[in-house]
Amino acid sequence: MRPVFCVAGGVSKFAKARKDKTFQALVREAVDEMCQDLRISHRRLREVTDETVLSYFSDHFTGQLKAGSMVHDYLGFCPAGSHRVEGGGATGGLCFQEAYKTIASGAADICLACGFETMSSVLTWKGNEFIALASDVTFDFPVGGFYSGYYAAMVTRHMKEFGTTVEQMAMVSVKNHRNAVHNPYAQHAGLVDLGNGEKVRAADLTVADVLRSVEIAWPLKRLDICTMSDGAAACLLASEKGLRKLQRARARIPALVKVSGIGRGQDTMRLADRPRGEVILLPHEDPELYRGLKYPGVHSFRAGRVAAKQAYERAGITDPLCKLDFVELHDAYTSSEIQTVEDLGLAPYGRGGAFIESGLPFMQSIRYGDGIRVAPARLPVNPSGGLIACGHPVGATGLMQAVFALWQLQRTIRARFGSDVLQVPGARCGLIHSHAGTGSYVAVSVLERVDA
Amino acid sequence: MREMKKREHDAYERIIAKSGITRRFPRNLDFSGIPPILFLQPYAIEYVRSYGQDSPFFLGLRERKLLGSECKACRYRWATPRGHCMFCGKETTWFKLPHCGTVHAFTVCRFGSEAFLDETPFALAYIEFEDVQGLFLSRLKEVPLDAPTLDWIGMPVEARFASRPSAPEQQPPATPSVVDVWFVPLKQ
Repeated sequence: MRPVFCVAGGVSKFAKARKDKTFQALVREAVDEMCQDLRISHRRLREVTDETVLSYFSDHFTGQLKAGSMVHDYLGFCPAGSHRVEGGGATGGLCFQEAYKTIASGAADICLACGFETMSSVLTWKGNEFIALASDVTFDFPVGGFYSGYYAAMVTRHMKEFGTTVEQMAMVSVKNHRNAVHNPYAQHAGLVDLGNGEKVRAADLTVADVLRSVEIAWPLKRLDICTMSDGAAACLLASEKGLRKLQRARARIPALVKVSGIGRGQDTMRLADRPRGEVILLPHEDPELYRGLKYPGVHSFRAGRVAAKQAYERAGITDPLCKLDFVELHDAYTSSEIQTVEDLGLAPYGRGGAFIESGLPFMQSIRYGDGIRVAPARLPVNPSGGLIACGHPVGATGLMQAVFALWQLQRTIRARFGSDVLQVPGARCGLIHSHAGTGSYVAVSVLERVDA
Repeated sequence: MREMKKREHDAYERIIAKSGITRRFPRNLDFSGIPPILFLQPYAIEYVRSYGQDSPFFLGLRERKLLGSECKACRYRWATPRGHCMFCGKETTWFKLPHCGTVHAFTVCRFGSEAFLDETPFALAYIEFEDVQGLFLSRLKEVPLDAPTLDWIGMPVEARFASRPSAPEQQPPATPSVVDVWFVPLKQ
């Protein structure tokens, strides 16, 4: 395997609806931003890029098969090769990893990963139905047909097993919304809709507001759940040879960031079929912690644990809490942020709620209001605002995380976001985590700054 | 629920009415400031589906029986049909699930996808059965939907079945679906 570097990225503005552009042109918007980052023209990008990987989740939203080929075509990459990837909510993360593999294998020296979703092509409730079609359509969809319902059921078990509370979940929402205020790409950084006719400024959001927002699926409320969005994101990955090619093309790369490890895991599509066995341990964990715990059951994401374990092993990480400077994880639900923190080994299983209460995942640069503690030793989780506040245009989401992580590690947040409130000081190592429905698919990647 | 759906639909119709199609064609080909043209496009499809190797489960539902899958080699039982064992890969056999179990996890859905909006609110539960490792996702009925509590977890429940004529000669026979079974609290 050859070393792989993530050299540039771009994100389109995420919004509830982007009717001003077709999906092809929306991806071009993200690619344009990436080119600005590199200070090269689109023509130059075309010349140096060997291959592309395209990601979008649902053919139903586009109503167009081979939409990935159409993006590749629109961007002018024909006759170069390309392929499309799909992995539910983890589609974007999977796309990043496929580009990684394309480079690592030697198949290409420069690979463009881009993804999009245009979810506003249907009304909200039909959109929920399209997403639910990513659950078993014979046994799960006819009964529930609603992902928020599946996640809500998962968290009732987490609450029962471990004592996790709705207040702890609400704290995740407050953190991510208040972070997003400083992220100009975020969809929910201004007024946040509680769904009961009330609107609150994201900068002032409190636990009480989250708890008062309209209930969607007990115990999850409107502000525990991400929204559907239109948007696109793009990332450029390169080998060492690719870096030299970019240098010759006079591309500007502010700092070198290496993809030091990737990992993936999958679990049964039907939650009902998940085994209840033993915890898969990370190197820093003591089996005594989990005596009597039946794992993963419906309370934890085994795929997330497997993906993290693999990524840590490949990146040589034995103690993630010490090594990582920040994490951008898939918080489609506040509950899944708490569950994921455990999968990643940032807190032991069952202690995800206590982890948010400890103040570790908050930014020191931001005020979160009364009753929220910010710990001095920190590991910011979703400094960008995550899916909850940035939006979740599925095929773009995992790539958006990669772009935000890249900017953190290049320490260019000030240039991109207009202020360095969200810059994690001295960031050297970050983790991105992309997750599909009920944890049926998880992709974890570790990115590290390489100082010359 | 219907009202929310209608409101959103009406909002789109208003946007569409004001979209680019209402504008004059600029002779100088300067299209700046002209909004995109939006339109509604219906889409309906009829699939010819098969329950395949899972068909006995649905035949069982018609007979008010719940069938699970068992791998005798691995001594593992699922409360859902799985044609082949997820551990050893051998073909599984059918066994009759008990009609009584307990709630393992649950939720009350106040919203849903379009197909189920009219049925909200409804409760979903993962049902646990004795000596069966797998769970079964089902609707939970006859519970106070306005007052869910974590105490529902562990609650004994029993299966109820849609009353269907057990007559295969009925033309055409009604197609069984997984929603033909649901659970209610066990009457003590």
